Amino acid sequence: MAIFVVWIVAAVFLNTPFQNDTYARGKLENVPFSQLVTDTLNQERPVLPAPHQVGAELYNTTVKKKITSKRSLIFHSWITLSTALLGFVIGTALGVLLAVAIVHNRALDKSLMPWIIASQTIPILAIAPMIIVVLNAMGIQGLLPKAFISTYLSFFPVAVGMVKGLRSPEHSHIDLMHTYSASAPQTLWKLRIPAAMPYLFTSMKVAIAISMVGAIVGELPTGAVAGLGARLLAGSYYGQTIQIWSALVMASLLAALLVGLVSLANHFVLKRMGMS
Amino acid sequence: MTATDTISARDLSLTFNTNDGPVHALANVDLSVRQGDFVSLIGPSGCGKTTLLRVIADLEQPTGGNIVVNGVSPHEARLARAYGYVFQAASLYPWRTIARNIALPLEIMGLSKKEQKARVQHNLALVNLSGFEKKYPWQLSGGMQQRASIARALAVEPDLLLMDEPFGALDEIVRDHLNEQLLKLWDKTSKTVVFVTHSIPEAVFLSTHIVVMSPRPGRIIDVIESPLPRLRDLDIRETPEFLEIAHRVREGLRQGHSYED
Repeated sequence: MAIFVVWIVAAVFLNTPFQNDTYARGKLENVPFSQLVTDTLNQERPVLPAPHQVGAELYNTTVKKKITSKRSLIFHSWITLSTALLGFVIGTALGVLLAVAIVHNRALDKSLMPWIIASQTIPILAIAPMIIVVLNAMGIQGLLPKAFISTYLSFFPVAVGMVKGLRSPEHSHIDLMHTYSASAPQTLWKLRIPAAMPYLFTSMKVAIAISMVGAIVGELPTGAVAGLGARLLAGSYYGQTIQIWSALVMASLLAALLVGLVSLANHFVLKRMGMS
Repeated sequence: MTATDTISARDLSLTFNTNDGPVHALANVDLSVRQGDFVSLIGPSGCGKTTLLRVIADLEQPTGGNIVVNGVSPHEARLARAYGYVFQAASLYPWRTIARNIALPLEIMGLSKKEQKARVQHNLALVNLSGFEKKYPWQLSGGMQQRASIARALAVEPDLLLMDEPFGALDEIVRDHLNEQLLKLWDKTSKTVVFVTHSIPEAVFLSTHIVVMSPRPGRIIDVIESPLPRLRDLDIRETPEFLEIAHRVREGLRQGHSYED
């Protein structure tokens, strides 16, 4: 509730200068304050759209449009969502593999970890177009190049979380495996991976949210053909602030939904393992 | 070393290099354990009793002397799964049910599902835990968890059982009860047991041989052979023989301490 109040007050405040210009051009004077509020909240291209405008835009572009339509937000959301999910799946797999390698090899621990951390210090906006261009030159097009940007972001929390998780078993639990003269793969499957599950889900929650960010960023340099990123870019080209905001709201709703799904999976998996 | 020695250590020593200089965890340790013995290692904290047990189990490497377990090196004995090890904490895996925890070493050994199931049932019955197969560790009391961990060690069917203060974290009533059960189990299965404890009554009640150790450096002061019969009940703790051995152990421990200050 408080958010909406702040939002509306901010909308009135930010849209007033333009509204005053409009009044001046129309030679209108002494406009009553209530009229000003109504007008600022109903501009066609407001600096900050009001909640009901975003709501109406969301309704128009989801329920009223056919899903196959290029104007349907559901169509664009699906493209971004599938990119993010593909990137997330590859990123999680990559993160887990890296973590397993790091935990089993001291040399890799020392040599790989600095690179993994360095990879995240490069601004994703700078490297995203490079990835798209390079992959395009290699003949890889479509969903995959964009998904790789999601992967680039999402493998990091999974790798770091899983290294911690795979190292989480107590000393006596590892000694126990020694007394059975268990092989390294047996220790991995029967001890390290089960012990790492809570860590995996925690890092997957972070990973899936930034996968969405990655997918949206990945859509920007591709010429803004389709996806929520494209809606953001097109909106900013044409000053369609309402369109930008509805895409933003949609993106955050999707991210919240995805994080919720991971939490749900977390709950069920740990319950099945008898750990919650 | 005789042919019946299950464990034979000669002049064994182990020095840890720490930032504060070398720590002599074990020095000049001679020990022989015959097959079927119940040997307790007793001493104050830091006397190296757990370290000695871990050397036998090939979880620590000695820096001097030599040790033979089951006629081979501890490393080969570990690879042959010649012993079962019971830790101070039950160390059950929380994501496995009791039955699957006991099956863990059997899975690693690659036994058939049928064989696994039979051994799980058999060993659960040995520690009086039949009917708790499907429970998770946290649903059991501390004493039951430790019994499950003993069943897990027995499931490997080793001749040698290494126990590191297995009842140290339990209250006295449960401990007495488990001591009695352990003796019966030992008598029934005729295993060799090496048992680490810092409780004098526990050591005297359980053991055929009591090895008294002292710290800095960790060494053996006295080995007491118990004249008590193999199978005992808790009442034996009131007899003069029992008290006499307990007294000798206490004297040994006190003598070990006088070296310090």
